[in-house]
Amino acid sequence: MAEVDESTKPLFAGLSDVSISEDIPVEGEISVPVDSPTQDDEYSTLDEPVKETILRDLKAVGKKFVHVLYPKKSTALLRDWDLWGPLLLCVTLALMLQRSSTDSKEDGGPQFAEVFVLIWFGSVVITLNSKLLGGTISFFQSLCVLGYCILPLTVAMIICRLVLLGSEGIVSFIIRFIVVIVSFGWSTFASTAFLADSQPPNRKALVVYPIFLFYFVISWMILTFAPSSSSSTKTVGH
Amino acid sequence: MAAVDDLQFQEFDDAENLLAVNRDATTISIGDSHENSKKQRKSFRNVPKDEDDDLLGNEESDKTELLAGQRKSAPFWTFEYYQTLFDVDTYQVLDRIKGSVLPIPGKNFVRLYIRSNPDLYGPFWICATLVFAIAISGNISNFILHVGGPTYHYVPEFRKVTIAATAIYCYAWLVPLALWGFLMWRNSKVMNIVCYSFLEIVCVYGYSLFIYIPTAVLWIIPLEWLRWVSVVCAMCLSGSVLVLTFWPAVRDDQRRIAIATVSAIVILHALLAIGCKTYFFDLPEAGNQIQSPLPSTSNVTIKTASQKT
Repeated sequence: MAEVDESTKPLFAGLSDVSISEDIPVEGEISVPVDSPTQDDEYSTLDEPVKETILRDLKAVGKKFVHVLYPKKSTALLRDWDLWGPLLLCVTLALMLQRSSTDSKEDGGPQFAEVFVLIWFGSVVITLNSKLLGGTISFFQSLCVLGYCILPLTVAMIICRLVLLGSEGIVSFIIRFIVVIVSFGWSTFASTAFLADSQPPNRKALVVYPIFLFYFVISWMILTFAPSSSSSTKTVGH
Repeated sequence: MAAVDDLQFQEFDDAENLLAVNRDATTISIGDSHENSKKQRKSFRNVPKDEDDDLLGNEESDKTELLAGQRKSAPFWTFEYYQTLFDVDTYQVLDRIKGSVLPIPGKNFVRLYIRSNPDLYGPFWICATLVFAIAISGNISNFILHVGGPTYHYVPEFRKVTIAATAIYCYAWLVPLALWGFLMWRNSKVMNIVCYSFLEIVCVYGYSLFIYIPTAVLWIIPLEWLRWVSVVCAMCLSGSVLVLTFWPAVRDDQRRIAIATVSAIVILHALLAIGCKTYFFDLPEAGNQIQSPLPSTSNVTIKTASQKT
């Protein structure tokens, strides 16, 4: 009998018996707060002074430099990628590596354009390689990471030039060799720390090897940088 | 009406379950694996030829052709088509490199390692590594030879990198193109068992260049006999891999054309090695010759100076 009664009753019938006591205050705003755009606190970046624009970009670039120098598994480089840093580093490195015009008869070091093309073309080829192997990183993110990780090598180049100003003997070569090796390892480690997560796990070595080759070639160019010294004119010519 | 209800669908168990019940039942497996078909064919034939077993006859090559068609279904102007050309794992690349260095007589590199999955990763990056290995080793070797000479000023010789790159990439891409065209032309005249695709030939050539990378590093040591011994060893190893790969493709042709093709492959391979060695690495005697005439000329100048005074 009781079963029949329950099946014929409508649903939620018992709720109408519940009474709300008078003590509980039931009040409040139901409306959803909407942001009304105020005219004062949001103006387009066209109106700001130029110094602010440049400083904002420089600060972003500087922050990424710090990320490269202390590489942890962070996504800051990947999330807000920009190509200003790589351009700055590439131009600095190419300016310092180019041979002077007096050496043009001999087969000397690379020209500015050769270093520039090597760095950018090499970065594009490595990015294409990682995408073809099934990487999930986007094209410009990868270019950004590879470009920023040249920073230790640029620092090594500056140190090498300063050492070469002092002496050119075997001691300076050993110092330069150690500095270049350390910065090469740093660059490779930093770039793999950023890029390794986006690769399929059984192809990681296939993606890391071209990065290793790229930084190795740049390190070789830095190590073999021979300034056109005036001492060569003192030796007996042919 | 009752007959329809009596008809019930009967699920057949897997082959393993049925075999577990009745172990002596005869089994026919339709999708033959590579080893099973080899064993069956070996038991039937009286004199099994190893190369034919590896070439797998006509039906296996048809199957691999079908599989190749299924894999590369994207049109060539899409990015996915090129992704299928990089569909290799690390261990596969390492296996292919090992196979290019150790020629096993009777085993075909293409059938054993590539198996209708040619990749462009190996050829491209092995060529790039070889370019930089030759340029850097040549630079180091010349430096070791000439250091200490009074007229020597070290130069990094960057232009040689571009020359090396042009030479090696031309060899790795134009020679396979010519060989593929030649094999296609002969295939239309003579029915061959084996017909390689262009990408497979590029793959074989690319991986066969791997042995030159350690050879180039070994060339840093300025000993002429060591250089010649190492270049001959490298040429023999990778040349034999190439010969073992392409001999079955030209074997059924006329004797003269077959031998001419195979010897052209070997000669081009040797020319690349010897050309690189001659151009990028100075002879060790040149280092001695620069130093030896100087004492005699300085003696002559001292004598003439003393005579004048």
